[in-house]
Amino acid sequence: MKQKNRIDGGQIDRDTKLRFTFDGHVYHGHAGDTLASALLANGVRLMGRSFKYHRPRGPLTAGSEEPNALVQLRSRARQEPNTRATTAELFDGLTATSQNRLGSLSFDLLAINDRVSNFLTAGFYYKTFMWPKAFWEKVYEPIIRRAAGLGSLSLQDDPDVYDKGFLHCDLLIIGAGPAGLMAALTAARSGADVILADEDFRMGGRLNSETFAIGDEAGADWAAQTVAELAAMPNVRLMARTTVIGAFDHGTYGAVERVSDHIATPLDGKPRQILWRIYAQKTVLAAGAIERPIAFNNNDRPGIMTASALRSYANRFGVAVGRRTAIFTNNDDGHRTAADLHAKGLKVTVIDPRPDAPRSMGYEVLAGAQVTDTMGRLGLTFVQVRFSDGTDRTIECNALGVSGGWNPNVHMTCHQQGRPAWNDALAAFVPDALPVGMTVAGAAKGDLSTAGALLGGATAARTALGLKGRIPKMPQAEDAPVSVTPFWYVEGASRAWLDQQNDVTVKDVKLSHQEGFKSVEHLKRYTTLGMATDQGKTANMGGLAIMAELAGKTIPEVGTTMFRPPYTPVAIGALGGRHRGQDFHPKRLTPTHAWAEEQGAVFVEVGNWMRAQWFPRAGETTWRESVDREVLATRGSVGVCDVTTLGKVDVQGADAAAFLNMIYCNGFAKLPVGKVRYGLMLREDGIAMDDGTAARMADDHFVVTTTTANALPVYRHMEFVRQCLVPDMDVQLISTTEAWAQYAVAGPNARRVLEKIVDQDISNDAFPFMACGDITVCGGLRARLFRISFSGELAYEIAVPTAYGDALIRRIMDAGAEFDITPYGTEALGVMRMEKGHAAGNELNGTTTAANLGMGRMVSTMKDSIGAVLSRREGMNQSDDLRAVGVKPIDLADKVPAGAHLMAADGPVAAAHDQGYVTSACYSPNLGHHIALAFLKDGSNRIGEIMRLVSPLTGVDVDVEICSAHFIDPEGERLRA
Amino acid sequence: MIIDHPLLGPRDSAEFTYMGDARLIDRPDPDGADAAAAFFDYAYLRDNPAGWHRELWFHEAGDRSWLVVTRNTLTHEISKVELAREVARAKGRSK
Repeated sequence: MKQKNRIDGGQIDRDTKLRFTFDGHVYHGHAGDTLASALLANGVRLMGRSFKYHRPRGPLTAGSEEPNALVQLRSRARQEPNTRATTAELFDGLTATSQNRLGSLSFDLLAINDRVSNFLTAGFYYKTFMWPKAFWEKVYEPIIRRAAGLGSLSLQDDPDVYDKGFLHCDLLIIGAGPAGLMAALTAARSGADVILADEDFRMGGRLNSETFAIGDEAGADWAAQTVAELAAMPNVRLMARTTVIGAFDHGTYGAVERVSDHIATPLDGKPRQILWRIYAQKTVLAAGAIERPIAFNNNDRPGIMTASALRSYANRFGVAVGRRTAIFTNNDDGHRTAADLHAKGLKVTVIDPRPDAPRSMGYEVLAGAQVTDTMGRLGLTFVQVRFSDGTDRTIECNALGVSGGWNPNVHMTCHQQGRPAWNDALAAFVPDALPVGMTVAGAAKGDLSTAGALLGGATAARTALGLKGRIPKMPQAEDAPVSVTPFWYVEGASRAWLDQQNDVTVKDVKLSHQEGFKSVEHLKRYTTLGMATDQGKTANMGGLAIMAELAGKTIPEVGTTMFRPPYTPVAIGALGGRHRGQDFHPKRLTPTHAWAEEQGAVFVEVGNWMRAQWFPRAGETTWRESVDREVLATRGSVGVCDVTTLGKVDVQGADAAAFLNMIYCNGFAKLPVGKVRYGLMLREDGIAMDDGTAARMADDHFVVTTTTANALPVYRHMEFVRQCLVPDMDVQLISTTEAWAQYAVAGPNARRVLEKIVDQDISNDAFPFMACGDITVCGGLRARLFRISFSGELAYEIAVPTAYGDALIRRIMDAGAEFDITPYGTEALGVMRMEKGHAAGNELNGTTTAANLGMGRMVSTMKDSIGAVLSRREGMNQSDDLRAVGVKPIDLADKVPAGAHLMAADGPVAAAHDQGYVTSACYSPNLGHHIALAFLKDGSNRIGEIMRLVSPLTGVDVDVEICSAHFIDPEGERLRA
Repeated sequence: MIIDHPLLGPRDSAEFTYMGDARLIDRPDPDGADAAAAFFDYAYLRDNPAGWHRELWFHEAGDRSWLVVTRNTLTHEISKVELAREVARAKGRSK
């Protein structure tokens, strides 16, 4: 198809023809086009339907502030909704579809909403869908969800890769217009490390869209030459297609670089986008300004856009949006568009409400006139103009440029709580309080002329970097004064759009005020003005102006809503980077992982660790079969389990014992070398924090173990105590969790297995219960042995340097073969500790005291330790405090599930009569029925009591007997065997 | 935020773990006359100032130093960073 609206000029590559489709129709454009400019070149003005009323819409702008021209880009898994056609760079093979329509774009069935718009005004869903209540979920919400909204997701996995990166610089410059380019040039020539970022794919900002000169060359040429000079400098990083999305603390900026969005699919190995974290010593914000529209009836038809957008399409992209153009402007800048279009041979009429509007020899200027209405169902055909004397005239045109003045782009200046200040001369907000390290230059600061931007950019860079000496002479450039008469909406306008993305009209703002939503933040929530993908970049000022007028206040008195990051929408993929799926968090593998995989182990995530949960064997159909077998085999002969994940902290120094005395509630000073002791750590509030063992390897050397879950918090806590509370104790800490592979070998044949591996004598006399020591294995490898038992069996934990972990497990399996040694996982580990009545994370759950755990007497009164003082509080030492007990069912077929609560056998079942709760439960293959550990009020005096265990939520109600928590070997004979 | 570590220079706050009020260094004397009340204050009561705040940060992904960072809770400005150990010594916590 012919590009019927393509005209001469512009910065497109006419030799490169690109084929693309929109709603299935094939079109052609050129390299350098955006999707919007290419569609306009083909005469397509209608690009979407509005959010609420489904009104036909075309682009309002030529930039990232676009509210209307949102399309679905690409197809299948790469489909991306709500992409702005005005920024989407055209590539060969691009496919786009319009969104938010039922039927075709030109015949949208939901356009009926526009006819019933009287019922869909601001807050309509708060008022309309309240009754009957039950209808909300089933009827109203699905209908609203279908009718409202924007594009849709593909619901497939994103096939692209996203990355994150970190950059450092002396000066970050945001925006590569005249101010940004001159700032970059000034800074780069001084030798500073400079990053220049611009959201556009072509640097130059407004210079690419204007016809005026810098020095004796065209502005766009000057921009291209300046970019080329910067590109050749080693201390400059040019980042086109990069949107700085937020200004964060201490000179940290977020930026999204669209690495591959301008090609069909990313090149092999390249990410689609990169989220950069930029650490900038100083920043120059040169983000330019955004032209604001004027509200009048039916100001949203395709073909109506900002005057500067018309200028961009003509000058930069070589596109005449219409052959006959009208301009509606309250300021001189609008006349620039008229002059540029006229110079391109297009017929132009200017409508300017100012009686003293500048006249032109070339085109018609209607001074003192206003646009009161427009016509054209799917695109503009006529505008209606009213003169100051009240007469009307209809003008035929298919493009209308609107200019209500320019708003400096203050967004980024407000990310650190800054609020902009009102400037009367510009009738706009300008930056006021700035983030630390930021300076603002050019149009973003309110310097709207090119000369002002160039000088401002140079000055800002010099100020930021503290450069001395005379400022070099700037090239000659346009320096027109700003002349604007505030003019927000045409008198009598009602269905006049302020926020085209959210379909908020002048009438809605008036209604909001009438109904009491008078604060600007309330206005935003009630009408949705300024929400969604464009965040009201073209809409907010109009709404504020009308609010101010209704309230009889000035605009600065009304104030603005908060600007927050991100500046433009960011793909979730970019925020996630490579942290997705399996890579969401790091995966820690135990030393036996490869071996356990060979055994067919089932793994479970424990924090970041992958631990073997059980080891199924052929013929076993349920996990319980495997776990029961592992438990019985261990208690019957011998089992082995990887316990490397438990935290290990090496504690060394002359004061090591005194330090442990401080962090454990029980005493360690008198623990002999070569012995291990169980230790309980309290928090300072007296609640149990963690438990484990401390092994005294030498007078000044302990090895402390923690639970797997608390390895990190306990280490952090120990360092806190060491550095902040006892800063001059002679003690050093280091985490050695990953340095040692450690395995529990448990069961009556444990010693017989280890005797074949350990080089030293480990008989019961030489190495009794709770012994520890440095040993060697397999003829000389250094190792550590601890005779400790979580299972309640004769057991050891043996540790070797992690590099030997795989070899050791294989050696243990070989040595144990004659005893049918059985590897067991975390489930069997849990069953055995419950059978033995050992507390674990379920019992040390952040609410329990040492006394609750039955360890009250462990809290030494002979020494200071963390938590000791508050553990003696009256409230924690009541006669009916919870105590750890065992629970078994009366009917041995019953389960006694964790989370269920204990009630008196004959009393009411109610929270007020709660007696305690089950923390851990399992099936005990040794006892042949379910067992549980529980906390029960005054539990130690209620052994033998029959109670009811209930969980009304899950329908549990069983009779149970309270018993000792030590279900197996209560005398501890096996441990000491 | 950037925390200017006294030993390592400026580091991103993502490397640190936060623990709040640096008053936690002032652990009461367990043998003091009013130890229970003093510990109750110490464990539970914190100021929540809008403005300058001395607080504890742990360089967990770094050299494992505890730091006392003086930070403005309104602006995130950081005026001072000290090794907590030096602060503790200055407060007379040496044995």
